[in-house]
Amino acid sequence: MSEDPINLSVFADLQAATGPEFAVELANTFLEEAPGMIAELHNARAVGDNERFQRAAHSLKSNANTFGAVALAAHARELEVKGLDDDRLRNDDALSQLETLLAEAAAALKALTNV
Amino acid sequence: MSEDGRRLLIVDDNKVNRLLLARHIDLLGHPFALAENGRVALEMLRSEPFDLLLLDIEMPELDGFTVLEQLKADPALRDVPVIVTSSLEGMENIVRCIELGAEDYLPKPVNAVLLKARIGASLEKKRLRDEQRDLVRRFATPEVEQDLQQSGFALGGKRVRVSVMFCDIRSFTALCESQPPEETIELLNTYYMLMFDAIGGQGGVVTLMIGDGLMAVFGAPSSLDDCAHSAVAASLEMVELIDQFNLERTSTNRPPIHIGIGIATGDVVAGYTGTRQRATYTCVGDTVNLAARLEAHTKVAERRILIDGATRNELGDGISIEPLGDVMIKGKAATVDAFAVETP
Repeated sequence: MSEDPINLSVFADLQAATGPEFAVELANTFLEEAPGMIAELHNARAVGDNERFQRAAHSLKSNANTFGAVALAAHARELEVKGLDDDRLRNDDALSQLETLLAEAAAALKALTNV
Repeated sequence: MSEDGRRLLIVDDNKVNRLLLARHIDLLGHPFALAENGRVALEMLRSEPFDLLLLDIEMPELDGFTVLEQLKADPALRDVPVIVTSSLEGMENIVRCIELGAEDYLPKPVNAVLLKARIGASLEKKRLRDEQRDLVRRFATPEVEQDLQQSGFALGGKRVRVSVMFCDIRSFTALCESQPPEETIELLNTYYMLMFDAIGGQGGVVTLMIGDGLMAVFGAPSSLDDCAHSAVAASLEMVELIDQFNLERTSTNRPPIHIGIGIATGDVVAGYTGTRQRATYTCVGDTVNLAARLEAHTKVAERRILIDGATRNELGDGISIEPLGDVMIKGKAATVDAFAVETP
């Protein structure tokens, strides 16, 4: 059984450190920004720009960690460290898996923040 | 708002990270500004003062490593402390940040308690460094302070070509006797302020102040393209400022003051003299003696600015010079080819 999309303890710490209202605002910003990061990953893969690909994965990893989206962060980190794969299909699979993890994390975040 | 209002610059290309750091800093009470990449950050740092930089590394346009390199290479910015906040992979990247001059590294997501402690420590270190620098500047000069920072302190000197200027107030002793000492101090403070402005404005450095006399050097510790011209331009400005000051003095029934200036150009040995515990930046050599003698000779020659032949030879057109011929100057065995700079 996989773990929760959002680690509640991490999210609670964020709320305590920044205030509940700000945490909601920040989660909203992440939900607005994340599709752009996924698009950037696809674009970088399309033109074979590994640096851009790794930077986008790094950015997504960093934000996922902020909200306690542990599985999303781990997968983004893997993409960051490995970079683009020579095998196009493996890249597609990896990005598809990332999008699924993001969708799960986004749904959990929305539920937590009542967005 | 924090007590001292010291300002931070947050540099991060990621909006969520930027907002989160801004929130932390806001809660700590520090004013801050935001930059979305390294290029924007450097532009801001070069146009407005900041006391601390919170720097991300992975950024488009200009990354954090390049920002750290450029800060280190810029004398005006290398004292700004930098805390790197990033989620870099690999210990070697973190080590690189520290080697490039970062004060500290905080992994993201940043822990608010740790951030507060690191910011406090960095700002305190900067405050102590600033205090030390201001103290050196007060008793030396900004140029000497910069020279000390770049080259470190060592007794001894190096041979350089400079123009040396001596200046003092005519009949200062009589003036002191005719007024209360408080008024004399006030007069001296105004006089020095005016002279420092003119000398500093032309790239000169005042290395000595004794009573009403001062010595200034043009071309050391920082070299000047045209030290003789700068020294003469400063002397003309000094005379003009004293004339304006005298208008103010005579309008309040106080006697005018008059200054004499001597300038000589040539090789000197410039550096630190004294002991390791107490030293001063100065220049020694015959050029220094000649400038002092020319200044003393302004009384005999009844001219306000006297210069030597070497200074004369380095001046272009546009400055009116009166040759005085070979003159006997007190303290010099041979005659000196002296010139008077014509003043309005």
